[in-house]
Amino acid sequence: MLETYIPILMMMAGAVAFGAVSVIASKVIGPRNPNPEKLSTYESGVEPFGTAHTRYSVKYYMAAMLFIIFDIEIVFLYPWAVTFIKFEGSMQTYALIEMLVFIFLLLIGYFYMLRKGSLKWN
Amino acid sequence: MGIELLITAIKITIVVNVVLISVAYSVYAERRVSAFIQNRLGPNRVGPKGLLQPFADVLKLALKEDIVPSNANKPIHTLAPMMSIFVALTTIAVVPFGNTIELFGSVIALQITDVNVGILYLLALTSLGVYGITLSGWSSNSKYSLFGGIRSSAQMISYELSMGLSVVGVVLITGSLSLQDIVIHQFGWKWNIVLQPVGFIIFLVASFAETNRAPFDLPEAEPELVGGYHTEYSSMKFALFFLAEYANMIVASAVITTLYLGGWQFPYLQTFGLPPIVTSLLQILVFCLKVAFMIFFFIWVRWSLPRFRYDQLMNLGWKVMLPLSIANIVVTAIVVSLLK
Repeated sequence: MLETYIPILMMMAGAVAFGAVSVIASKVIGPRNPNPEKLSTYESGVEPFGTAHTRYSVKYYMAAMLFIIFDIEIVFLYPWAVTFIKFEGSMQTYALIEMLVFIFLLLIGYFYMLRKGSLKWN
Repeated sequence: MGIELLITAIKITIVVNVVLISVAYSVYAERRVSAFIQNRLGPNRVGPKGLLQPFADVLKLALKEDIVPSNANKPIHTLAPMMSIFVALTTIAVVPFGNTIELFGSVIALQITDVNVGILYLLALTSLGVYGITLSGWSSNSKYSLFGGIRSSAQMISYELSMGLSVVGVVLITGSLSLQDIVIHQFGWKWNIVLQPVGFIIFLVASFAETNRAPFDLPEAEPELVGGYHTEYSSMKFALFFLAEYANMIVASAVITTLYLGGWQFPYLQTFGLPPIVTSLLQILVFCLKVAFMIFFFIWVRWSLPRFRYDQLMNLGWKVMLPLSIANIVVTAIVVSLLK
């Protein structure tokens, strides 16, 4: 089973090599005459001020946290989805009801999140 | 074992080269199609009909100076474009572009590798794609890059949820995570676009958002963010982001084709009684044509629809697509259990 991953490893090695060769090649064949103006941060023509590592809206952070929660729920759905068609008769109804309960609990969290306004973007 | 490795290496070389050449020509196609949509001519000077334009562009970019801003975090600034292209190129490994072909007396599977958790591999790698963009935004130490990177990552993770959930519908019907099994299951007219129309639309919209294509191209919304996350990139590093963007579009087209449009299946091709080698070659051709159509569709949408506003984009992702994809799973599961 594990040998199906060898081609993936080869592919990954190839992709890393492609990226590295392109970056190095442009370093080697491209010209190189830097000056302070050229190396300064782009800011539409005006003098750059401050650093870019400043505060930004907490909304992005909220989106990331919600993503983690829902993404874990998806991971639980996959094994169920793969085996669902193989269940027989009442076992399948049981599996269906179990998953409906799971999705219902998920939706409670979802509506709580909406009511709390975690996703208001204005 | 040795001969298998050799065959794999040949397959990888061919596939990667085909992807890279398709990237070059989808850039060309994008410029030409957009030109025709806007009643212009587009690039038509370099070579016949401008067909050598993409190579001229790459050569020009490779000969440019590689500028790294003095405030940038240099290692990560260099690493980010490499991560982007890495993800874009390795995702294609599990996509089947044909069934099997008989060459020189041995049967060769027309897929780089048939991993039994193919869909999980796809989802895992598309998640990694966020890193290249976020890190390039952060490491450039420029405000435009940072906001481009953050917007992009928030957008990608939001749509990844609906993407992951919409594929569950396909898995429910097929009962397997291997992409080859999913294609084989779609014989005749039983394409998943017919069985899973809602899932198809969700997956399609989510792949537009995942690949940062219009109407979801906010990370590089020029009027507000200059160049977005690659504002501070030049030379081949910029070219790598560009390559990665188009390679992602091609991979997304290939994945949509595989999951919903029947992959390499052409309805009832096997029953025509053609010699096996012709059938195999026709299947590869059918797959390529479907992917080409999807690439054209991506370009067509980009030049027809206006861009979303950021709050509209997040609302669509979280308040429409997410509930819709959960409803799709519930309905699919009920129908599957009733039909059995």
